[in-house]
Order: sequence, then structure tokens, then C-alpha cells
Amino acid sequence: MTDFLDPLPWLIVLPLAWGTLAFLLGPGRGGRLAVAAIALQGVLALQLAGQLIDSGARVYAVGGWGASLGIDLMADGLAAVMLLLTQAVALPLAVYARGYFAAHPKGRALFWPMTGFLLAALNALFLSADLFNIYVTLELLGLAAVGLVAIAGGRQPVTAAMRYLFATLLGSSAYLLGVALIYGTYGSVSLVVLTPLIHSGAPLAVTLAAALMLLGLLLKTALFPFHFWLPPAHGGAPAPVSALLSALVIKATFYLVLRLWLELFAPLTTVAAAQLLGVLGAAAILWGSVLALTQSRLKMLVAYSTVAQVGYLFLLFPLATLVPPDAADSAVQGGVMQAVAHGLAKAAMFATAGSMIVATGRDDIGHLGGIDTRLPLTLFSFGLAGVTLMGLPPSGGFSAKWLLLSAALETGQWWWVVVMIVGGLLTAAYVFKVLRRAFLPVAEGDHVARVPRTLEFSAFALALAAILLGLFGAPLLDLLAIGRAA
Amino acid sequence: MSAALLYALAGAALFAIGLAGLLLQPHLLRKILAFNILGSGAFLILVGLGQRDGTADPVPQAMVLTGIVVAIAATALALALARQLLDLTGQMRLPEDRPDAEPVDD
Repeated sequence: MTDFLDPLPWLIVLPLAWGTLAFLLGPGRGGRLAVAAIALQGVLALQLAGQLIDSGARVYAVGGWGASLGIDLMADGLAAVMLLLTQAVALPLAVYARGYFAAHPKGRALFWPMTGFLLAALNALFLSADLFNIYVTLELLGLAAVGLVAIAGGRQPVTAAMRYLFATLLGSSAYLLGVALIYGTYGSVSLVVLTPLIHSGAPLAVTLAAALMLLGLLLKTALFPFHFWLPPAHGGAPAPVSALLSALVIKATFYLVLRLWLELFAPLTTVAAAQLLGVLGAAAILWGSVLALTQSRLKMLVAYSTVAQVGYLFLLFPLATLVPPDAADSAVQGGVMQAVAHGLAKAAMFATAGSMIVATGRDDIGHLGGIDTRLPLTLFSFGLAGVTLMGLPPSGGFSAKWLLLSAALETGQWWWVVVMIVGGLLTAAYVFKVLRRAFLPVAEGDHVARVPRTLEFSAFALALAAILLGLFGAPLLDLLAIGRAA
Repeated sequence: MSAALLYALAGAALFAIGLAGLLLQPHLLRKILAFNILGSGAFLILVGLGQRDGTADPVPQAMVLTGIVVAIAATALALALARQLLDLTGQMRLPEDRPDAEPVDD
């Protein structure tokens, strides 16, 4: 294989190129180009996954320079899983967005360029091999995400975008301060160089750096109590944007927390810190679910559901830290599975919510009557996504929670089991709150219009993928294992 | 006290000043300026701690150069949003967040 056809750099160059091209084509143009290009990105991500399965983790020296003068890119199983998730969520959403913006042009002008930049930042982040490169991709990601929140204009979205911008900048500045301390101590930012250098007797500056970097990333992941910026930002943006942000953007920072915790800072982790992350996760599950239940706007309900589902991701830390390797493996698999399942299901849920809002002309759970007869496929997709979020078999959410549960039982930490069960029940409550309304007849004075079929089928594809993940998720876990053993 | 430590402490002080401004100042322009001070503090630590035996290390300088570009982009976006917010609300501060009270425009 020649270097030119290597999928690794193209996963970053391609979205950057079509994003720029879409911008040059003019406001609102470039949707078809985006769909074709994202499909190609999906092929590249699959090709990369195939290479990893054949020959293990890979490193790519950009421009042939190599670290430390140049920039290295790195792909292991975890990165490949996240790349696959990103393209798998982005493709149906791009199809969805074309239909959505045709019916609902507000915010359409800059959607495609911003989405291209967002995907380029995501792919680059997953492939980064050094701490500073991660900082740059984090900022690119944050700026693209904030831009997307604001594209529709209006007082509420712009306010949410401004608040989100300050939160994300603060998060990445804390991260950068940590990087500065690490560089000052070891004179390197390369993950490969640093990992063997950091041990339990590391200087105080390194512990401080680890704390700053993790705090910054938690703020950007919107883990309770740092979730304040998320519901208005995700709930106020146009539906395709909300879906991208909830499904992918917060997963990127979660991915970094996971990578730093398990690899770079593994010698510094303590049971107490891991339990604290777990407690914050549990609080997020309960608080997010309860607030989701109290919402009257559909998209705000789905956004608070994201706050809750982020909590599940962080349950893996107490289950994977300083425990027998079997339990730790199961916990990490469960956490990553949850990230993938939630990514697919939440994208489906925001997409279906968007369709329902287009159909009823308003974002109000009280006026969903008649959806069952007019948009049956959309309602079915919403239900399927809900099944995944609740963690019912045979969905991907069930596999994730099963893996987390078995890790909890294996390590004797039964209290996390209680949290997961209560969280599942609360999730069921807010999903049924929507379903119950949707099965009522059309209220007097309301009108439920039909929506384009692309909206219905693209959301259904996402919801179906989240279910199929539970049935055919094993290869994903095999892929995840690549490179983690070393 | 070595020069490196002096730079680092000054950077930490700038970071703290910026952090306080970002969190406590209600005016958006002040918040944006505070973010820039905060970033400068981080850059100063990166360059200050990065020197080896009194000679400058080029790698952190290159990183800071990249960081400055990122900070400019972030500042530009923040200013654009602040300007929009001023047009929409007539105020240079973040309004109280009441998403439920907002008339539905989707």
C-alpha cells in the first residue's frame, strides 16, 4: 500500500476539505457533497479498523517528519472504535440534516462547513499522539461546536453558545496549564515518551497537572456538577446540531479522560479519586434523569437525558481502578460500549425529536398527540432509542450496562448496581412520558404535518444501529482490545 | 529563585487573575479579556518552565505560537457572539438562563 492511500491522514484531511469547499460553495450548499464524503470517511475508518485487526496499533508520521520535530498520529483499538462511531453517527445525521434544513431553513447557512470542521476536529482528536496536539484539536472541536450552537441565531441559542464558549475555553485552558506543567517536568508531550516516565513517585507538579487536565476535561464533558452549560446549548440548537453535540462532542472529551486515566496517569490514580468520579457519575444519573422528567420541552428533556447518560460513562472509573484485570476489562468495555450505544441512540432521539417538532410546529411535549398515527416510524425510532437508553435487552445499552454490572458485582461494589437500576427506571419514566403523550389523539387546534421520509428513515437507521449493537457488538470489543494490552 | 520558577509563578498569578475575571466579571468584554489573561498565564508557564539551563527551548515556543493563534480565533468568535448578544438583548452580559420561558422558535 502506498503512503498516499493511507486512511489515517485522510480521515482528517477529507472533512477539512469538504468543510472548506462547502463554505466556498455558499450558504446552505454542500449537503450532497457532505453525505458522499462522510460515506467515504466511513469506508476509511473501516479500512483502518481492518488494518488494526491485521497488524495491531499504528503510528503515522505526518509529512514523514516524525516526532519530535513533526507530528505523529496514532491509532489503537479505542481510537478506531471512536472513529467508527463518529462516522456511523455522522452519515445518517447528514442525510437527516439535508431533509431537516430543507423543511426548516433556520441555521442552514453555515451548517455544512461547521460540521466538516467539527468532524475533522473529532477525527484528529482521536488520532492524536501527543498532549499538545490534543489541546489544539480540543480547541478546534470546541470552537466548531460553539459555532454550531449559535448558527440558528436568536436570543436563547446565542446566550447558550456564549456560555458554552466560556465553559469550553476554561476547560481547555486548565488542560493547557496541565500540559505546561508536564512539559516543564519531563520536556516532552508525546504520550509514548511520557507513559513510562510517569510513576507513583512523580513530583507534585505532575499530580497537579493530572488534576488540572482531568478537571478541564470533565467541565467539557459536562459531568455533574459541570453540566450547567449543556442543556441550553444542546436543547436550543437545531436538531441535527443537538444530535451531533450530544452523540459525539462530549464523547471526545470522555475518550480523553479515559485514555489519560488508563494510560498516562494510571500510576497516579487512587481508589478515592475513582470513587469520586463514580459518585459524580451517580449524581449525574439521578439529577439529570429527575430534571429530564420535569421538562416540558421535548428537546430539553432529551438534553437532560444526556446529562444523565454521561453519568453512566463515569461509573467505569471506580470499577476499573486498582481492581483485578478481568473486572477492569469488563468495566472499560462496558464504559466504551455505553459511549457507542448512547452516541447512536441519542443521535436517533434528537433526530426523532426534531422530526416531531417539525411535524407539530412547536417544541412542547404537551402537544405531541397524533404523532403515533402521522409519524409512526419516527415514534418507533424514538422508542427504540429509549430502549437502548434504559438498557433493555437486546440493545447496545443493555450490553454496556451488563458489562458494568458484572464488573460491579465482581469487585463487590454493589452500590453502583443500585444506581444503575434506579437510573434505568428513571430513564423509562421520562421516555414513557413522551410516548404516552404521543399516543393521545391530536389535540383541538393542533395540526400534525407529515415530514420528509428521509427524516424518518435516517433516524430509524440510527436507532436500529443502537439495537443491533447489542446483538452484534462483540467484534467492536475485539477491536477495542487492540493495543491496550501493551 | 531560578528564572524558570519566577516565570512559572508569574504565569500562575496571571492564570489566577484571569480565572477570577472569567468567573466573577459580568461584563462580556471583561470576560473575554480575562480569558486572554488566563491564556497568557498558561503560555508563560509553558515557555518559562520549558527552558533548560537558561537557554530557551524552541519546542514550547512553537507550541505557544500555535496557542496564540488558537486564542485569537477563540477571542474572535467570542467577540462575534457578544456582538450578536448585544444586538439581540441590548446588553453586554449573559442574561438569566430560562430556556422554558423562551417562546418556541423551532
